[in-house]
Amino acid sequence: MIEVKNLAKKYGDHVAVENLSFTVEKGQIYGFLGPNGAGKTTTLNILSGCLAASSGEVLINGYDIYSDAQNAKRLIGYLPEQPPLYHDMTPYEYLCFVGKLKGIPKKELKEKVSEVMEIVKITDVKDRLNKNLSKGYKQRVGLAQAILGKPEIIILDEPTVGLDPLQIVEIRDLIKSLAPEHTVIFSSHILSEVSAICNYIMIISKGKLVAEDTAENLESRFTAATVISLCVKGGGDTVRGVLDGLEGIESYNVTEGGTEGTVDVQINCKDGADIGETLSTAMLENKCLILKLESRKASLEDVFMELVAGDSGTDDAHDFEELSDSEAEQPAVGFEVDADSLLDGSAKSVWDEHMPDGVADEAEADSDEYEEDFERGEDEQQ
Amino acid sequence: MNNIYQKELKGYFKNVTGFVFIAFMLAVIGIYAAVINFTYAYPNFEFVLTGVSFIFLIVVPLLTMRVLAEERHQKTDQLLYSLPLKLSSIVLGKFFAMLTVYAIPVLLSAVYPLVLSIYDPSGYISFSSSYGTMFAFFLLGAALISIGMFMSSLTESQIIAAVMSFGAMLMSFLTSALANIIPSTVNASFFGFIVLILLAALLVYFLTKNSNMAWISFLILDIPLVLIRFLKSDLLYGALPSMLKAISLFDKLDSFAAGIFDMTAVVYYLSVMALFIFFTVQSMEKRRWS
Repeated sequence: MIEVKNLAKKYGDHVAVENLSFTVEKGQIYGFLGPNGAGKTTTLNILSGCLAASSGEVLINGYDIYSDAQNAKRLIGYLPEQPPLYHDMTPYEYLCFVGKLKGIPKKELKEKVSEVMEIVKITDVKDRLNKNLSKGYKQRVGLAQAILGKPEIIILDEPTVGLDPLQIVEIRDLIKSLAPEHTVIFSSHILSEVSAICNYIMIISKGKLVAEDTAENLESRFTAATVISLCVKGGGDTVRGVLDGLEGIESYNVTEGGTEGTVDVQINCKDGADIGETLSTAMLENKCLILKLESRKASLEDVFMELVAGDSGTDDAHDFEELSDSEAEQPAVGFEVDADSLLDGSAKSVWDEHMPDGVADEAEADSDEYEEDFERGEDEQQ
Repeated sequence: MNNIYQKELKGYFKNVTGFVFIAFMLAVIGIYAAVINFTYAYPNFEFVLTGVSFIFLIVVPLLTMRVLAEERHQKTDQLLYSLPLKLSSIVLGKFFAMLTVYAIPVLLSAVYPLVLSIYDPSGYISFSSSYGTMFAFFLLGAALISIGMFMSSLTESQIIAAVMSFGAMLMSFLTSALANIIPSTVNASFFGFIVLILLAALLVYFLTKNSNMAWISFLILDIPLVLIRFLKSDLLYGALPSMLKAISLFDKLDSFAAGIFDMTAVVYYLSVMALFIFFTVQSMEKRRWS
């Protein structure tokens, strides 16, 4: 569908994208993930033909985006970072204009435009001027423009930025619904968003593609092992004895606990080992009570952080840390978390957060609350 | 191209720009006609046209300032780039839309010679020279509009685009006056050309941000000039003033008003138009590469 070979883009001395190669298959949703300034927008601009690459090649269904631009661009619908609206037009006029430029025959134009307006729910505002629309509606008109004429490939650059939580959920659903017929590529710096919608994730950092796989594969590929933290009532030596006798432990670390007579234990499990059951039985047999157990599997966030932070090294690391902090604040799955979140009723959203394939589609209503928190977090970050 | 043309044309009449443009041109032409044709009773409408040619300084920037700068400002250029369109058809669509708006007052003012002919039983009015001048007047405006469009493609600020095209209009308006001031001595031409070459090199530097390129173009142009100065200095005698006269756009209108249908001027106007349309397309293309 899309083939990108050795793409590079330089602005003077600044390298925005470097040696990027990937292929995009039909009917999938691809997520471009990366911190601010990673080169997402540049890449998408090149894919859509808005920007010329310094070197490299982009083939859309075999058509080169430069030498065969007309044929290639016919297959693409693009929503840039800022929706490209003419302020003195109404959404209806605007969509008709874009439709004509896309070569939609006059007879079908009205029908297709109203169809698209239904999909993105802007029929109510179709006769207002674009400049008077709210940010969310502008974004929708932009989206309508991108999907008008049913192009095979739809490229969306941060489509949910600046929308309210309800709209975000709607737009995400809309993107999901595009999937079987269209190939969707969209970028975001919000991990949860990408992992909720996409089949495929491409993590990009400092202009380089650092990882590309399905969400599950990424997790399993980069997950070192499960980490279990314990708080145990009992002597340090007894605990060490128990742990030495167990299989499936890579390494462990025992420290004095906060209260008298307890120890804190950190256990790194071997790959794939599930020692929860044997561990608690063995502890109990040796009369060590487990007061707290927290099992933490490396999540997509960890993968993301590992890849991006490891790569960004010195100068941009700070920029990235800001981003990752807000993401990392979300608690890991464990006893404590479950209890807490049951209290405030947001267990579902935490669950959502850690289920990469968007298992809990029905939980939208619940997750709104989370979305709000998240948005706030993001605002603070900015 | 047709879709862009229609959209642009509608755009001019959605806000006041188109109406202000037409009204202003008609008003100025009307005042000049009232004074020259009706008060002083000259039967020549062509004098009115040569007299009002200064209004291009004001109306051309008004017409062209937003045409491409605004696309860039609103980021709608990204839409145009991502659609299956040729850049040349975008530029031509916009250019012809502006020409259409500009043609309206010119066509409306075509009634003046007819009105004058009512009061001219003895046939002093030369329709061929009136309408010939009107034709040249239209071409002059079209050439200036293409220059303004190019200026608009260089920036994303309408104000800067307007100021730059006003500057360009002023320069071409003043070239003939300037040509008369400059002494025709060898040294005057020599230093004048050096200043022009320096300006050209600066322009190269700002467009490419490459100081080597600027130096190379400066030397390439400068060395022959120095050689000519010292080996065959006769060539430079009066060279700068005559060059300025040759490239002046506004001057060429006068020969039409004198009753000469100057084919070279027609070709010159068309060439300037084509050149700046080409430059505009290149400037749009360059934006994708920056």
